[in-house]
Amino acid sequence: MYELGILLILLTVGYIFGRIAEQRHYRSIIRREAAFRRIPVFATRHLPDDLEPGVRTTLVTGSVVISVDYFKRFLAGLRMLIGGRLKSYESLIDRARREAVLRLQDQARRKGGNRVFNVKFETASISKGAKNTVGSVEVLAYGTAVIPPHRSTAE
Amino acid sequence: MLMTNLESVPGRTIVRHLGLVQGSTVRAKNIGRDIMAGLKNLVGGELKGYTELLQEARQEALERLTQQAAEVGANAVLNVRFTTSSVAQGAAELLAYGTAVELD
Repeated sequence: MYELGILLILLTVGYIFGRIAEQRHYRSIIRREAAFRRIPVFATRHLPDDLEPGVRTTLVTGSVVISVDYFKRFLAGLRMLIGGRLKSYESLIDRARREAVLRLQDQARRKGGNRVFNVKFETASISKGAKNTVGSVEVLAYGTAVIPPHRSTAE
Repeated sequence: MLMTNLESVPGRTIVRHLGLVQGSTVRAKNIGRDIMAGLKNLVGGELKGYTELLQEARQEALERLTQQAAEVGANAVLNVRFTTSSVAQGAAELLAYGTAVELD
């Protein structure tokens, strides 16, 4: 009975704060994505042929470690019994990827870049060891920023 | 040291290929950060301590990559890639590798 009480408290706290945090994060992601639209990110491996002479390139990265809340982890645990779509982890990874790209764009901007090419993602799960559940993931986005000749690097 | 994950550098030609270079580091998380992360695991959200830890580690891997490239006489590393693997519970290896080249 006592244990059930603790579980319910954890689930409630996880649900309420997790929901608030996720909504706030999504609002922030959408706002920043609109602001960073002027630094396009491409997955193509080759630079366009019509680049102005004197452009420079530099490696840029963006990474984030993000964790799922207790309630969603519990739901995912139940879901794993029957299989199917794990919506709670989908939103976790979606947030992490978009955040990583935003940080990549931010670093490109700080280094004077105006475009990023050959963007790759690297995802690692940071396991907490409890019943093999994935608690948090790290997403790294990296690519090559193109710096136009008239701008100088800030770093 | 010029680093890129493309296969060429605009306006420069590759004079010499110097082979694969790599830099890696294995990091364990520390207790202080772990406690904070434990709390954050309840409510969800970004684990800033871990983000920083991994960023520092990756920076170190890149520094070792640069060092190795400098040793073989390169002035650029092309096609840089990152990978992460967890070696043991609570420890992660971060590896950066690429092709060392000499550009004109």
